[in-house]
Amino acid sequence: MTILTMIAKMSEGLGRTCAIFFLTLLFSLPLGMVVALLRMSKNRVVSAITKAYISVLRGTPLMLQLLAVTYGPFYLFGMGVAREKLVPVIIAFALNYAAYFAEIYRGGIESISRGQDEAAEVLGYSRFQCFMRIILPQVVKRILPSVTNEVVTLVKDTSMAFTVAYQEMFTIGKQIANSQTSFMPFVIAGVFYFLFNAAVAFVMGRFEKRLSYYR
Amino acid sequence: MSKLLEINHCRKHFGTTSVLEDLSLSVEEGQVLSIIGPSGSGKSTLLRCATLLETMDGGDLIYLGNYAARDEGGRSVYAPPAELQRIRGMFGLVFQNFNLFPHYSVLKNVMEAPMLVQKREKSEVRAEAMALLEQMGLADKADAYPYQLSGGQQQRVSIARALAMNPKILFFDEPTSALDPELTGEILRVIRKLAEKKMTMVIVTHEMMFARDVSDWVVFMNDGVIVEQGDPREVIDHPTQERTIQFLRRLQEK
Repeated sequence: MTILTMIAKMSEGLGRTCAIFFLTLLFSLPLGMVVALLRMSKNRVVSAITKAYISVLRGTPLMLQLLAVTYGPFYLFGMGVAREKLVPVIIAFALNYAAYFAEIYRGGIESISRGQDEAAEVLGYSRFQCFMRIILPQVVKRILPSVTNEVVTLVKDTSMAFTVAYQEMFTIGKQIANSQTSFMPFVIAGVFYFLFNAAVAFVMGRFEKRLSYYR
Repeated sequence: MSKLLEINHCRKHFGTTSVLEDLSLSVEEGQVLSIIGPSGSGKSTLLRCATLLETMDGGDLIYLGNYAARDEGGRSVYAPPAELQRIRGMFGLVFQNFNLFPHYSVLKNVMEAPMLVQKREKSEVRAEAMALLEQMGLADKADAYPYQLSGGQQQRVSIARALAMNPKILFFDEPTSALDPELTGEILRVIRKLAEKKMTMVIVTHEMMFARDVSDWVVFMNDGVIVEQGDPREVIDHPTQERTIQFLRRLQEK
């Protein structure tokens, strides 16, 4: 098999790789905010449960979580394994990344001085207005570098989907590598992830620059 | 003259430490009241209770006859949120650390609350905000961001931001304490001008000479109680209480 054929075959999985990447961000970025707010809740029970959630999802391998979400329903309830693996893959990825994003958000929110809330409160802003207009924009600026870190990791983590045989780019590459006894598919995958992340770094850099108008 | 602010028998404690003990105070329209006293005497806590940033344990808090909190059997019972929100519109607060919104331009810092909270017309708010900035000598800084300004300029913006809400009374929490001595003067000048315009103000300050010149009434606090109060020249130049004499002497030694 020529390198070009390998690239062509692996490219067929690119759509799925991108699907994991974008859908995970779509769900985990907002979900992470919900988790962060629950984590900071004054209700001790709510905050403790959320803390446990974060601790489990950060403390166990993503690979294990993928297996659990995909095959768990079969082992636990005798339910059939989903034919379309995208759904369990996105659920596992979104839950996992939400836990990481939640902690980044929490760090960001807690780093904003209390004086900002107080100034807004005295001026009569509602708590929601204060959060959306005063706190959140400053949090976004502050956490952008940490978020970029996670997004870059996510690009590479999409390859984890091979554990449940989801036919994304890396899974296909691995199959070719086995059948052709060639290391070349891994090199191709490496180049692909590198280029993908170069694009991610560029886009995130633009965001950071757009927010650099104040300190 | 009518009473703009009335605090009756205010009590406040943090944990087991009592910060304010049965403290009563009233401010009349057009009056400038200064609160002086050593750190930890409860001055700032009193201001935070008056501006609803802290809740009192006991006592009344009344603005123009409207109860923000009413003492019922020794405990402060606060008015419903909508009423508190209405009362918030009656006062403004200038913080020691300015607390400007760093992601907003100077103009937006001043304009947003009147538009968002008071739902006023943008063009009208803009004209008023520009007039206020002019008054503060900052008309040319309207498009600047807070980080581009000196501390004194930032504090003037924060005064403009508070005034844009047209408060009936303005509180200052050590407005010059975070400033270099040379920048202190510009803030004091602004406050003095406001006093000339009969703006009702309550000022927590360590600037004794300023307090003596600008205020109509001075309150000396220590350990959560008012030790002495009265005409500023009397209290500051001829204090009668041992604790006041001691405090003022120490301040002069510096």
